[in-house]
Amino acid sequence: MKSFINYIAEILNGIWTLVTGMRVTAKYFFTPWKNVTQQYPENRDKLVMFDRFRGEVVMPHNEKNEHKCTGCGICEINCPNGSIEVISKSVINEEGKKKRIIDQHIYHLGMCTFCNLCVKTCPSDAIVMGQKFEHAYWDRSAFTKVLNKPGSKIMAGIKE
Amino acid sequence: MAFEKYDFTPITQSIHQGLLEYCSPLLTLIIEWTIIGVLYLLFIAVFGLLLVYAERKVCAAFQQRLGPMRVGPWGLLQTIADFVKLLMKELITPKSVDKFLYNLAPFIVIIVPFLTISVIPFAPGLQSLDFDIGIFFVTAVSSVGVVGVLLAGWASNNKYSLIGGMRSGAQIVSYELSVGMSLITIVILAGTMQVSEIIDLQRNGWFLFKGHIPAIIAFFVFVIAGTAETNRGPFDLAEAESELTAGFHTEYSGIKFAFFFLAEYINLFIVAAMATIVFLGGWMPFHIGGWEGFNQVMDFFPGIIWFFGKVFAIIFLIMWFKWTFPRLRIDQILTLEWKYLLPINLFNILLMATIVLLGWHW
Repeated sequence: MKSFINYIAEILNGIWTLVTGMRVTAKYFFTPWKNVTQQYPENRDKLVMFDRFRGEVVMPHNEKNEHKCTGCGICEINCPNGSIEVISKSVINEEGKKKRIIDQHIYHLGMCTFCNLCVKTCPSDAIVMGQKFEHAYWDRSAFTKVLNKPGSKIMAGIKE
Repeated sequence: MAFEKYDFTPITQSIHQGLLEYCSPLLTLIIEWTIIGVLYLLFIAVFGLLLVYAERKVCAAFQQRLGPMRVGPWGLLQTIADFVKLLMKELITPKSVDKFLYNLAPFIVIIVPFLTISVIPFAPGLQSLDFDIGIFFVTAVSSVGVVGVLLAGWASNNKYSLIGGMRSGAQIVSYELSVGMSLITIVILAGTMQVSEIIDLQRNGWFLFKGHIPAIIAFFVFVIAGTAETNRGPFDLAEAESELTAGFHTEYSGIKFAFFFLAEYINLFIVAAMATIVFLGGWMPFHIGGWEGFNQVMDFFPGIIWFFGKVFAIIFLIMWFKWTFPRLRIDQILTLEWKYLLPINLFNILLMATIVLLGWHW
């Protein structure tokens, strides 16, 4: 008799768990405005990528065309596949001392795996991951980018 | 009754009489057969494509996606594009298959829905075969499909196909029992196996309500067993991608694969249509006793709309099952059938017989 009651209870419990599952999917089905699908080429005007998305390495410049890169080359050392080349040059500053500043921060997008190591190890937080992801070009040379803008200089107060 | 104005019998009769005026009786018969055959062919092709589209959209909605959206407005032409692609594919016959059986299997599988669909009344007067053993005919003919599945698995000369075919065979043979028993429960209540009479008896209430508790149990058993019989999820272990690739139709390509695919979806329609006819009154409108105004509004809709509305409701329920429940293992499937559905079904038949004997039904 006890096993018979168990048998019935098992069936009812099974039905209950199935109904629970069906309630969850029904909630999804009847709220179609919560769909997560993005219809990409149509919505590209208002498409916002999420914060942690890694599209490309960029170097932010402020309105005075200043960046934070000291040209130390740590990002170049840390890059696992050699996508970054830092070319620095020496200048004489106003105190008459020789100082190393950045000439060109070259970034090969085609070799980048977006591992984020350069951004993590940068001591002055000069480079960040950008949100742009439409990186299709007809010419391979377009994948080589110079991240510091022409005529830009280092922001005041950045320690070497 | 009001729904008689939507009866198709005058139209079919006038076509029959018109043909008899110009042709001999034999030629009339041949022309009518051809017309009905072409109509069923068109219906199966179009409805199959529609169901594939519906499945993809319903599945997408259950997973918070949009589904096909690119080909045509709202992706309406997607399945047609898929079908054209399948038609253009090369028909590969692997080297070591049993050629005759390999080519025969898809046709056996596709014949089953063609045979079963003949007894389904779509609307008053729109039924091509009205046997006095209609329900029996459906259960008998639908078991032929398993022969095609086993042949496909055997003739492919592929271990995955063979295991998939065997699994599918074991599953269909087991669940055939539950389908038949749940239909018999209602046959006890109706006292007839003729499809048109079964629908006529539901004039003043569907069997789901007339037979109350045992009818509702039988309805759920039928829907579960029907889902299993059409090899759909959560019982779709015949085509387990990771261990069996595509099961019994692994070696098929092009239109032969399309036959298996189409047969699966038309079988889904057949299961839903049988549930509609036997439990939900076929093309009968929904009536509530005493509510005259409400009943007249319900009578306003033609029988064909009622029929397809109910069929789509059941199909939606079965799709809901597929996209909610996790898949079962083969031993769990057989346990469900032999240890749960079958005893419940046998008890249910006893209950229904008692209720009919005592007259405790409406």
